[in-house]
Amino acid sequence: MKKGRVWKYGDNVNTDVIFPGKYTYSVLEPEEMARHALEDLDPDFALNVKPGDIIIAGRNFGCGSSREQAATCLKYVGVQAVIARSFARIFFRNAINQGLPALQSEEAVDSIKDREEIEIDFSLGEIKAKKGVYKFSPFPESVLGILEEGGLIPYTKKKLETK
Amino acid sequence: MIATLLSGVRNDILFTFLAMTFNKGGILGKTFSEKILGLKAGKEVQAGEVVTVSPDYILSHDNSAAIFEEFKKLGTRNVKCPQKLVIILDHVVPASSEQYALNHKIIREFVAEQKIQNFFDIFFGICHQVFSENGFALPGKLILGADSHTTSYGAFGAFAAGIGRSEVASLWATDEIWLRVPETLKIEIEGKLPSGVYAKDVILKIIGEEGADRANYRAVEFTGNAIKEFSLASRLVLANMAAEIGAKNGYFEPDEKVLQWLKERAREKFEVITSDPDAKFEAVLKYDISSLEPQVACPHTVDNIKPVSEVEGEEFHQAVIGTCTNGRFEDLEVAARVLKGKKIHPKVRVLVIPASRQEYLFALKKGILEILVSAGCVILNPGCGPCLGAHQGILAPGEVALSTANRNFRGRMGSRESKIFLASPATVAASSIEGKITDPRKFL
Ligand code: SF4
Repeated sequence: MKKGRVWKYGDNVNTDVIFPGKYTYSVLEPEEMARHALEDLDPDFALNVKPGDIIIAGRNFGCGSSREQAATCLKYVGVQAVIARSFARIFFRNAINQGLPALQSEEAVDSIKDREEIEIDFSLGEIKAKKGVYKFSPFPESVLGILEEGGLIPYTKKKLETK
Repeated sequence: MIATLLSGVRNDILFTFLAMTFNKGGILGKTFSEKILGLKAGKEVQAGEVVTVSPDYILSHDNSAAIFEEFKKLGTRNVKCPQKLVIILDHVVPASSEQYALNHKIIREFVAEQKIQNFFDIFFGICHQVFSENGFALPGKLILGADSHTTSYGAFGAFAAGIGRSEVASLWATDEIWLRVPETLKIEIEGKLPSGVYAKDVILKIIGEEGADRANYRAVEFTGNAIKEFSLASRLVLANMAAEIGAKNGYFEPDEKVLQWLKERAREKFEVITSDPDAKFEAVLKYDISSLEPQVACPHTVDNIKPVSEVEGEEFHQAVIGTCTNGRFEDLEVAARVLKGKKIHPKVRVLVIPASRQEYLFALKKGILEILVSAGCVILNPGCGPCLGAHQGILAPGEVALSTANRNFRGRMGSRESKIFLASPATVAASSIEGKITDPRKFL
């Protein structure tokens, strides 16, 4: 459990502003992807984000393309978790598959302010902020297993090895 | 060999279609999605359940090289079911830089090494069109693709959903994936399309009304009298853009039109699966399109919809007629009808990109391309073109595009200081004559 500073955004943050399409086939290394994170939404983000920071957003975070780099770039720029009212379905899957927790909590989105320092307790399913403690619904077993292994690729690798 | 295969397919179509129409087989009260995922999981399932399934086909495109990188990390050498992979190069074709060229080269080598039969190199067209034309998009099949508009194949009665790269890599190795059985929203479309108004206007209207996340995690089933009149190309527009209301998959019950189309194309046997009459839908959304106006999606979200009358006069620099949404023959033909004998406005440039070589050739033979070129359009090779902002017509800061594509997110076609409006091919063609957004009905 590490404290993280919040970067707060609105509804429908789409994959094109998280990781622009023009880079999808030219930027291949995750570390370089990280340098373009949220480039078309907030050019300050990638320059100033610190490892452990947390993104909080409104509805439908990650809508649009299936491009997994949208999750990869956030993970590699050091984002600890994304908290939103809701996630677009492919982004949700991609985030989990990259080992990036995607948490849903209306209350947290309502009351946590931009740049606030908060803490996430994954084992208790709690977000601890200035104004209160907010629960997020725990992940189903299948999803938890993937997160614990740090993503789908290491998870599948392990599964193949034990077979 | 081919003849027997096809006649086998035909009998099968007839048989299963009759079976599904007259004999519900005892499983009552289920939606299409519940039925097909249940069939794949080998048990009865309900919306909300998580199942582990193997797809019939796995689509990927230029992203196959990146998927291969992930695949290599899994420590296995061979793709488990190479016959299920369908790889179509379309996003940046031909390669526009050394980097893209290398990407394609890696894919070609992978295809040869793994003996992937279903490989379509750069000369075929956009993945969703090529996949459909080549008879992979079949009723009752489970299709997963590393592209968000994989939903398109629901137009033929398949369960088709987009997934991410790691998942495709993992599927290549294990042939297994978890999926949540989605709840279903039924969208009932009634009435007759007024002249000058098209499937694109219908889906834009629906997206505008429902919002970009209305169908998140859900299936959408399109029904109603209006749909029956729609051509398959028009149904594809709706299924394609179901992704823009967040849908996991879009679905149309296959009718005679679909079966007829598949006669010459179906790759293998298939089974028509339909929702039961007493299936439980999460909601039924009703639309009457009889007095619908042409619609326009305004920057920077697809659900920012206005009727064309409210956007008229908006100037733009580049028009695009094409993409997996609206690059088929019927789209090019409408554009040609509008542009015949006319010249596009000197201040705009119009890019036309047929969705596939087949559609290209058909338009060529019918003289459609001649009309478009005479009017001043630039014809590009089948592919995604500038749709995702990688090449062939990138927007400069301050520029505005009017496109028939499915997305207008900030920066999608180039500079983050550019803007994209979306509309039907007729609206885009008519607007190209005036150099500003205009109602196409006065040209038809
Ligand atoms: S045409 Fe555009 S939306 Fe369609 S597959 Fe290509 S990039 Fe995606």
